[in-house]
Amino acid sequence: MQTRAMRKGDSLYIYLSGELDEHSVAAARTEADRCIDQGAGLSRAVFNLAGVKFMDSTGIGFLIGRYKRLKRYGMGMYLENPNAGADKILQISGLYSLMPKI
Amino acid sequence: MNEMQLKFLSRSENEVFARNVVAAFALPLSPTLAELSDVKTAVSEAVTNCIVHGYRGGEGWITLSCRTEDTCLHIEISDSGRGIADLEKALQPFYTSLPEEERSGMGFTIMQTFMSDFSVTSEAGRGTTVRMSKTFGARAAEDAR
Repeated sequence: MQTRAMRKGDSLYIYLSGELDEHSVAAARTEADRCIDQGAGLSRAVFNLAGVKFMDSTGIGFLIGRYKRLKRYGMGMYLENPNAGADKILQISGLYSLMPKI
Repeated sequence: MNEMQLKFLSRSENEVFARNVVAAFALPLSPTLAELSDVKTAVSEAVTNCIVHGYRGGEGWITLSCRTEDTCLHIEISDSGRGIADLEKALQPFYTSLPEEERSGMGFTIMQTFMSDFSVTSEAGRGTTVRMSKTFGARAAEDAR
């Protein structure tokens, strides 16, 4: 799992790539939180999931955790470019109502 | 008909191994990419449960068996861990026994939704077995009707 962050205007873009499961989630959490802390004060964070080749419900827990952290900074969270498999899980779990797909 | 059985340790790096083995075993049934993705996700959920809940991070054996029958793949995943005391509760969407750990509580719901058939048996202190199956081409057959 790789994490890369970029600032565009008042948005923080976090690019995730690899497979997001129980094995990779701890490192992904540390990396993403470091990016979020550095981007504190921006208005929103966009998680780009284009590089996520596999995700199970561990990914749902991961995204909700980051949502809560962003909320403490007053930042909204958005998702973009999930693959078909990730999209299905995100829809079933109702996650898009918390973090809309853009 | 074809069959396989695999026994591996409850280490998280074996999740990717288990789901890819099942996907490879299922390939002769010509599943679509979406069907294969469903199966891999369901297997990953079941194996995660064995590791995180069954053995609570400790080491134990996980048994994975697969059987194909026409266009159907049957999967059985078992651990000899602590078992589930309240199965009804565990099956509720968003319920997690480890709320402090950023867990979604969606594992069983995803297995039920992504597979054609699903059942779970468990005994406290003895372990848990998940049985699920997926009929490939079911959607296409339905559409053709």
